[in-house]
Amino acid sequence: MAVQPEFIRSIPYFAGLSQAGIDSIRKYIFEKKAERGEILLIEGEPAETLYFVVAGAVKVFKISADGKEQILQIIRPGESFNDASVFGGGKNLASVEAMGPVVLNTIKKSDLEAVIQEHPQVAINVIHVLSQRVHHLVSLVEDLSFRHVTGRVAKVLLEHTGDGTGEKPRLTQQEMAAMIGTAREMVGRSLKTLEGEGVIRMERNRIIITDQKALREMAGLT
Amino acid sequence: MADMPIIDADKCNGCGLCIGVCKCGILVLNEDKVAIVRREECRICTRWCAMCEAVCPNDAIRCPFEIVIEEKKDVA
Repeated sequence: MAVQPEFIRSIPYFAGLSQAGIDSIRKYIFEKKAERGEILLIEGEPAETLYFVVAGAVKVFKISADGKEQILQIIRPGESFNDASVFGGGKNLASVEAMGPVVLNTIKKSDLEAVIQEHPQVAINVIHVLSQRVHHLVSLVEDLSFRHVTGRVAKVLLEHTGDGTGEKPRLTQQEMAAMIGTAREMVGRSLKTLEGEGVIRMERNRIIITDQKALREMAGLT
Repeated sequence: MADMPIIDADKCNGCGLCIGVCKCGILVLNEDKVAIVRREECRICTRWCAMCEAVCPNDAIRCPFEIVIEEKKDVA
């Protein structure tokens, strides 16, 4: 399928451009498809291409030295990824994997710079997109730096412990995040930390507290 | 059926992102709403991956956890 001008017009990067402007940009944009699990970007490699998700979803993630994955963001249709790396002129800041079948539009860094020269409106749009990205990352940094998210997740788990009869309401990671005022990604990270510490065990749709005393200590309840 | 993802048809806009990310392939679009088919295959996930929930832009699919304390087994 060829690159769709309707899609190009709908993405924030190219908002406010005339039809002629969209038509002139089309020649720089190419379509790429990928299947679930396909690695689209590898952290540390030269950042040469900006991507827009047309269909499907991808995850932006980092792998720690001990092999743990931390999802930084899920990118959905209409959104872009690799922005900061491309504009920074360096290397890919994170890896990206297709979460399912995806259709992407791509533009090379050099072509994007040409587009910005031709259409200054795009530069303003880019600032807006990068500003939103900074907001998201600052929020994550705040959680990582100042808030003891793992401790608060531990407290939520203790407060919502049931006896296996289904009497207590079940919680999603999104709901836990909303309860303690953090991002869903942080809850996932905290659950992995707690499991790594051996105080809980994740089993499909159950979180089993294996060391209640240690969990209470982590929650600051002792 | 809390051991299956829970779909809120009112919130689902039929975008299909969850279908793409489901590793078990148990989700389909049915009259522009997501539905679970092959329920037994949902159990292929040894862990509740919850990627369908993570990817949904409308909070229309939920993978809730039950939180329990491990029973200590008596050693005979």
